[in-house]
Amino acid sequence: MSEGPVVEVSGARVQFAGDVALDAVDFRLFAGEVHSLMGENGAGKSTLIRAITGVLRLDAGTILIDGQPADLTSPAAAQRAGISTVYQEIDLLPNLSVAENVLLGREPRRWGRIDWKGMRSMAGEALARLGVDIDPASTLSTHRLATQQLVAIARALTADVKVLVLDEPTSSLDQDEVAELFRVIRSLKEQGVAILFVSHFLEQVYEICDRITVLRNGRLVGEYMTTDLLRIELVQKMLGREVVDLDLLASRTVPDAMSTESEPIVSATGISRRGVLPPTSVEIFEGELLGLAGLLGSGRTEIARLLSGVDSIDGGVLRVDGTATHLHSPRDAMLRGIAYSSENRKIEGIIGELTVRENITLALQAQRGWFRRMSRARQDELSASWIEALEIRPSDPEKLAGRLSGGNQQKVMLARLLALAPRLLVLDEPTRGIDVGSKVEIQKLVTDLVESGMSVIFISAELEEVLRVAHRVLVLRDRRVIINADADSLSLDSLLAAVTKADA
Amino acid sequence: MTRIFKHRLIWPIAALVALIVLNSISRPSFLSITITRGQLYGSLIDILRDSAPLMLVALGMALVIATRGIDLSVGAQMAISGSVALTIIADSKTPNSLGTVVVAILAGVAITLVFGLWNGFLVAVVGIQPIIATLVLMLAGRGIALLITGGFITTITSTPYAVLSQGHVLGFPVAFLVSAIAIAIVTVLVRRTALGVLTEAVGINPSASRLAGVRSRGIVWSLYGLSGLLAGMAGILYSSNIMAADANNAGINIELDAILAVVLGGTSLAGGKFTLAGTVIGVFIIQTLTSTITFLGVPPAVTPVFKAVVVIIVCLSQSQRMRGWISGLRPPKRLVVTTPNETPIATNRTTA
Amino acid sequence: MSQTNVAAPTPTAGPATKRPPRLRIRTSWVPVLAAVAILIIMFLAAQLYFGRFLTPRLLSSLLVDNAYLMVLAAGMTFVILSGGIDLSVGAVMAFTGMLAAKLLLIGVPVAVVIPTMLAAGAVSGLIIGIMVQYFDVQPFIASLAGMFLARGLCFVVSLEAIQVKDPTVLGLQSTKLGDFEWYLTPTGIIALVVIAIAAWVLGYTRFGRTVYAIGGNVHSARLMGLPVARSKVLVYVISGICAGIAGLLFTSYTAAGYSLNGIGTELDTIAAVVIGGTLLTGGSGYALGSLIGVLVYGVIKVSITFLGADSSWTRITIGVLLLAFVVVQRLIVRRANRH
Repeated sequence: MSEGPVVEVSGARVQFAGDVALDAVDFRLFAGEVHSLMGENGAGKSTLIRAITGVLRLDAGTILIDGQPADLTSPAAAQRAGISTVYQEIDLLPNLSVAENVLLGREPRRWGRIDWKGMRSMAGEALARLGVDIDPASTLSTHRLATQQLVAIARALTADVKVLVLDEPTSSLDQDEVAELFRVIRSLKEQGVAILFVSHFLEQVYEICDRITVLRNGRLVGEYMTTDLLRIELVQKMLGREVVDLDLLASRTVPDAMSTESEPIVSATGISRRGVLPPTSVEIFEGELLGLAGLLGSGRTEIARLLSGVDSIDGGVLRVDGTATHLHSPRDAMLRGIAYSSENRKIEGIIGELTVRENITLALQAQRGWFRRMSRARQDELSASWIEALEIRPSDPEKLAGRLSGGNQQKVMLARLLALAPRLLVLDEPTRGIDVGSKVEIQKLVTDLVESGMSVIFISAELEEVLRVAHRVLVLRDRRVIINADADSLSLDSLLAAVTKADA
Repeated sequence: MTRIFKHRLIWPIAALVALIVLNSISRPSFLSITITRGQLYGSLIDILRDSAPLMLVALGMALVIATRGIDLSVGAQMAISGSVALTIIADSKTPNSLGTVVVAILAGVAITLVFGLWNGFLVAVVGIQPIIATLVLMLAGRGIALLITGGFITTITSTPYAVLSQGHVLGFPVAFLVSAIAIAIVTVLVRRTALGVLTEAVGINPSASRLAGVRSRGIVWSLYGLSGLLAGMAGILYSSNIMAADANNAGINIELDAILAVVLGGTSLAGGKFTLAGTVIGVFIIQTLTSTITFLGVPPAVTPVFKAVVVIIVCLSQSQRMRGWISGLRPPKRLVVTTPNETPIATNRTTA
Repeated sequence: MSQTNVAAPTPTAGPATKRPPRLRIRTSWVPVLAAVAILIIMFLAAQLYFGRFLTPRLLSSLLVDNAYLMVLAAGMTFVILSGGIDLSVGAVMAFTGMLAAKLLLIGVPVAVVIPTMLAAGAVSGLIIGIMVQYFDVQPFIASLAGMFLARGLCFVVSLEAIQVKDPTVLGLQSTKLGDFEWYLTPTGIIALVVIAIAAWVLGYTRFGRTVYAIGGNVHSARLMGLPVARSKVLVYVISGICAGIAGLLFTSYTAAGYSLNGIGTELDTIAAVVIGGTLLTGGSGYALGSLIGVLVYGVIKVSITFLGADSSWTRITIGVLLLAFVVVQRLIVRRANRH
């Protein structure tokens, strides 16, 4: 195509309270192409999409639409500029009718009065184009998630669409529905619509997309034609490559106690949760470091949350020390020696307006109950010792935890859990989004803990990291365990292949 | 520590001092305290005494607000406890015996404790929004109080009961001492145990607290109970002051004053960090303001206008937009829409 | 606050493409129908108990005596549907009534007074709306400030009650259209017209649907490009105007402006709206439901008078009914969220 791009982002930078979410990112989207934006958690995909769709404003950089500077100050402005969006979380109105969800904001009106009949028939047509036959007058919430997702897509298509942004549009669709959606995407593409398609299903990306832009940690990795990029290369680019040498960890000792005769401290047999995880089995032994590898949405976080009582299980049996138990809450799990550190540090980890000391002592205090307060001296001692042991900086225990850097916040969370002296520590992406120095320190710490007899489940999007720290690795794909093997028997390439699906 | 303390309370203290200075300029007698028969008298002492019911209610409110909640039923609960206590005394053959009065007070406070726990149950267990859960009792509570008194304003004569509002001990009004003791007990309860920090954790970040193993349900539940208990005691003081159970007017609008006092003291309505010292100062600000308005010859009925102005100023000063304007920066550029599920992630400077 | 909370049945697990041939009653109408059922049961019970309850006179007076509350409830419906709350309505009603009485007393023509009342209500609503939308003040607090302000301003106008002698204003209540048995006053007509307009606006205009959208999920509404900010302010303005109209009706009903009028009316109004089937978290409900809610309130009040019971039972009954409705709503929402 000789024309310039429909959407051209250059030098995009977005910062949230000190954290850079997007840094000097360029992005182009052409008419009549399907373009995929790829990256792991925190890569900046959502931020870039939200900038393009007018949900947030760039701190620096420009967005050109058809070569003209665009003033995307609100979602409404973006829509006027011809940008239609289907968001990841289905952002519809479950309390209103299907027809309204498709057309509200541009519904047919007569004398200021909404033409309900016209509206229903228009919505019905729009849905029929997607192969959906539901009553447009019915309430949206009465339909299942997949249908709602199609309604969201129907909404995006009824607008005068020049650019269509689809953020994980297929997450709850079945194969037939995906095929139907792809048929529509192809026909839109032929009409010259520029389509931005974001999905964590590599298969779908390779099936439908012409071009791929990869982001990592808020930075641009590159823009590639799908045909030129092998899947394995793509995954490598998404996950990044560790540059630091960790000879610190070279001397890894695999505990000999992990033989078949010893009893696992936690064993899950066919545990499942409806809509989240199909029946899955996991075992972990004392002093073992189990790594969970897999892409975003592979089920790695879901397993961790079920094992540590954050979400409760629907089916299967969870045994702690051989006794079947039901964990109703994280507190339950902690009382049995299982502690979980969330990947979502800001929302589920740090309590930002409390001090470092209060954050570190929180879990232990919660376990003692409100009445048996730890003395101030004990709190000071405890926090000082953890600050020293984990080298938390700044070392002032009275500093508000929210003011610390990401790596130090992560250490505070670890200190909080370690103060409980757990037997099994479940770490969900403990090294995500923190600087290299802290990353190495945390990896070192984890291996030390394991050497002292603690069991650890270590989740990371970085395969090398998993391979390096773990004794045994579970590889997940599409919410299923596909490999369960000793780390020594795996290579980075085999891991990459497994994560990506080998037949590529 | 002292720096944080200063930082958080500097504005409330400044406001209180300004009010007092203003008063003492316009009426020099304001600051004078006289001692008659070993008892202290003066405008400041009046303020200490008259602020007692509000003080009790505001202490409970501060804790409830810290949990991201609110208790609208405190005024109605005051009416209930006053009605219960005074009905017991009025029906008793020995209204002047100390035993009767103690029983009456305990009964009044016990019943509001139960009502407070009921509120807590609705919020913490059933999961109803705090505003609505407590609205129910705000609505029905006065009716219950009226039923207890049989629709009349029960008046009594009971010397021991009157002591609560009119008596002096060690030169200070008993009502003030009651509120001072309440401040002390609540402070100890909150800061000498872990209740305070756990409450703050739950108020600041409920999901992180859950993952840290904090049992928020029991905490929230019991704090509504405490709020009820304190409101009950406030109702006793109020009824002792007028020696009557006035189900319609006891504690009317006090929930609003209490919320205002908490906010003035520097506790955010969004929950989380709270300050009892700030709340105490907030109560004194409100009471001094009321006293000032009365002194200025403005009819007391017009007081709400001043309070409304204060509420508006305080709320606006807490808002992001206003802060942006004041600090002279461009208005805070932020997300047009904020998604609860999205967290910005710090960049990793690893290079490929 | 803005989480989507919608009464919904279990989503049908079957293929979405099949349209179930069933009686189509929107789930959001269920609470309204429940309120209607309660109303009918109360009518029948009262008829059985008192013998002569369901008389044309009583039914007429039920409407006429509660006209001001219907108007307030119509305005409150907008606010609650948007996920907010307005505690100022009782005080604003009293203030506009007071203002009108004073203006009439000093000889301002009624043609000027009535628009002034509505404007005063609108301004107070505008202030609350701006605080809520642009300064992130919680609706509860913002409208509380409005309540304080209006209540205090009442006393600024006059400390004593002011009698109203203007024939136009009084005529709104005293003019009885219809025969001796069935009758309707202009106040009743105004109330019904306001309810009808509210129902039409909510059901058939983009603004009305935007109000539902905001209450359903303000975040989604914004992403859909709906005019969220404007609508949210407008909702409070409407409630303020309704309080102004209610002030007119109430003044004509009591023939006086008095500062203590309508204390606690905001609670009655909220209760009536919720009993009428509007979800307190917003996004679901109908103006017509609020009308039913007011009638339920009225019947309770009349029955308690008939019983000769203490009038405090009205508040208690309303409180219990409110609680029952809120708990049931909560359970429905919880069940819906589980899927």
